[in-house]
Amino acid sequence: MVFKNMSYKNQRKLIIIAFSLIPVVLLFTFAYLPVINMFKYSFTNWNGYSDHYKWVGFKNYKTIFTDPKYFTVFKVSLYYFVATFVQMGLALYFATILSFKVRAKNFFKGVLFFPSLLNGVAIGFIFLFFFKPDGTLDTILNFLGLSSLSQGWLLNPNIINVSLAGASIWRYMGFNFIIFLGAISSVGKDVYEASDIDGANKWHQFRHIIIPSIKRIVQLNLILGISGAISAFDIPYIMTGGSNGSNTFVIQTVDVAFKFSKLGLASAMAVVLLFIVVIVTILQNLLSKKED
Amino acid sequence: MKRRKMLLGLMSALLVFAMVGCSSSKSEDTGSTNTGTTGTAATGKDLKGDITVITQKTDIVDTVFKDYAQKFKQEYPNINVKFQALSDYEGQIKVRMNSSDYGDVLLLPTSIPLADTPQFFEPLGNYDDMKKQYNGLEERTVDGKVYGIPTTINFNGLVYNKKVFADAGVTEVPKTPDQFLAALQKIKDKGAAVPLYTNYAAGWPLTQWEADLTTVAGNVDYVNITQANTDDNFVKGSPHYELYKLMYDVAQKGLIEKDPTTTDWETSKADLANGKIGTMVLGSWAIGQIQGLSKTPEDIGFMPFPTNAEKVIMPLADDYTIGISSKSSNKEAARAWIDWFINKSTYPTTEGGGMSPAVGAELPATLKQFEGTDVEFKFQTPAKAGQEGLVDKIDKDSEIGLWQPDFKKRIIEAAIGNKKESYDDIMKDLNDKWKASRASVASE
Repeated sequence: MVFKNMSYKNQRKLIIIAFSLIPVVLLFTFAYLPVINMFKYSFTNWNGYSDHYKWVGFKNYKTIFTDPKYFTVFKVSLYYFVATFVQMGLALYFATILSFKVRAKNFFKGVLFFPSLLNGVAIGFIFLFFFKPDGTLDTILNFLGLSSLSQGWLLNPNIINVSLAGASIWRYMGFNFIIFLGAISSVGKDVYEASDIDGANKWHQFRHIIIPSIKRIVQLNLILGISGAISAFDIPYIMTGGSNGSNTFVIQTVDVAFKFSKLGLASAMAVVLLFIVVIVTILQNLLSKKED
Repeated sequence: MKRRKMLLGLMSALLVFAMVGCSSSKSEDTGSTNTGTTGTAATGKDLKGDITVITQKTDIVDTVFKDYAQKFKQEYPNINVKFQALSDYEGQIKVRMNSSDYGDVLLLPTSIPLADTPQFFEPLGNYDDMKKQYNGLEERTVDGKVYGIPTTINFNGLVYNKKVFADAGVTEVPKTPDQFLAALQKIKDKGAAVPLYTNYAAGWPLTQWEADLTTVAGNVDYVNITQANTDDNFVKGSPHYELYKLMYDVAQKGLIEKDPTTTDWETSKADLANGKIGTMVLGSWAIGQIQGLSKTPEDIGFMPFPTNAEKVIMPLADDYTIGISSKSSNKEAARAWIDWFINKSTYPTTEGGGMSPAVGAELPATLKQFEGTDVEFKFQTPAKAGQEGLVDKIDKDSEIGLWQPDFKKRIIEAAIGNKKESYDDIMKDLNDKWKASRASVASE
């Protein structure tokens, strides 16, 4: 009754509020509230279960920025950073090819996207068997007569991060691929037809039509990729637990929180990571804006 | 513009609600402290109630535990027992303990500091009275009150395949580290088995080495008393140095698996059972599991960790201790279950695979062989008054992780040449951390 008497404007407001209430409540309780608490804990020495904790001010932050062991692990992120570009290159390559006329197109789309549907734990175990001595990879190399190339893929500390980054490319490439494919298919057919008439070959089309029209999406994927590289976690955690020089910042955070019961310090590490990701994203936005 | 303001108002109102809700739930927990001890005077028929028992034994919760419940019911017909098994016990129970819903009977997570125990658990009795009845209560005794009884008592050392050792020409059980290395070398030369399997990839089996510290020290005081009061915990000649030197030597001489980074725990048990592995550093709890996988269980033996100490001490240590939630509403029924579980179920000796905590219980079969030899079975001396949990505190603060796989992995990595640091470098680093944290914990 009351609703009926309201003006259209007010009705609209009420409906908007009513509809957004539930998502906002959910967003708050499960996203913002934990983050606020994380900021709070980062200034305490809470161990994760005790009733009482002390406020320690910036001590946790001081520890992170003064003890080199917390930052040296970012070296490992460089491997994943490089892998991001390989991953995007491959994704773009496949997306472009499959956007042209190809036989069994949908089959290949399925094959490429399939790893993204798999559970990270399953992928970890698949690659554990893959990299085992005399495992899948070595067997393939033997079959090809390249057995001299076989290595301790996870044993050799110079190679382990390359192996893990490789697994991570396999896992995440499909996701980038599907986004690129979507963006490319939104380019109108008439543009290609016009370029065909002008005598453009496939490379020209790629360079001058596809790339400019999906530039935004490339940037988005790049941001996702880089923040993913900084916070690399699941593949190395499942496969090696961060041992043998494959430790990443997030694995270290988890260890500090749950192995050594320093939830306060771990929260501070998470806050630092959050800021790094935010800064990198802002920087990237600024740089790409300049280009425009 | 106006709409945005409204949304902002709504959001901030929500925020306030959420914050208030959060802080009030926290303060409630502190109220319930010890409300006296629960007695066991009442007889079986009088006790009633529903209790929930939380266990880590996911593998037998629907089989063996069901039998326990039935037998228990014959004695206590009015108590209903329900089980919940957690696969990642330590991780999941800690989260649940932040609420008031963590069962009536549960295992005390090892990572909860001793001082925090009374906050979550009900006292079971006075230490002075209960020690006549049970061994191993020291681990969870706070201010003279016991909070947990060990579900079983483990002894630590090496599980080995007798046939592998005999086939390689090792006739006598090695006693010192040198003899041990020589024996492993023989197995390697024979080539039929991996001499010692580290289980590096799984990680946690490496922590089993730490349990043998008492054997290496040759002194039951070392772990809780000497260690807590020394700045030289990892220097040359100290038990820690000697203990992990053996790990380093074994790995460095190539007496371990070919690629430690891709090992697998389940396979390793079967391999040890079938003679593809010589030995693994483990606790008594593993013997039964490995014998169960072997066609010739009599080949699976147990030996004390090699040591240069005068006395060979096989350290006894509590498995998980079992206790009652301080939030339980059926504490007497819960107590009845604990007493029955420890004294009348087969758990401590069969499923748990160790010794019964009851005073005067018989030695298990695997240990009978040591009766009458120079091997002694002893508990570690508990920490001095005021120093309870000190070693753990220093350990956590320094991030050394005595019971975590991290620095053991580092030692193996260094030994197989993956890291440039030497064994002494690692030990020096650990000792520096220990020293710094001991000072900072003392100043708190």
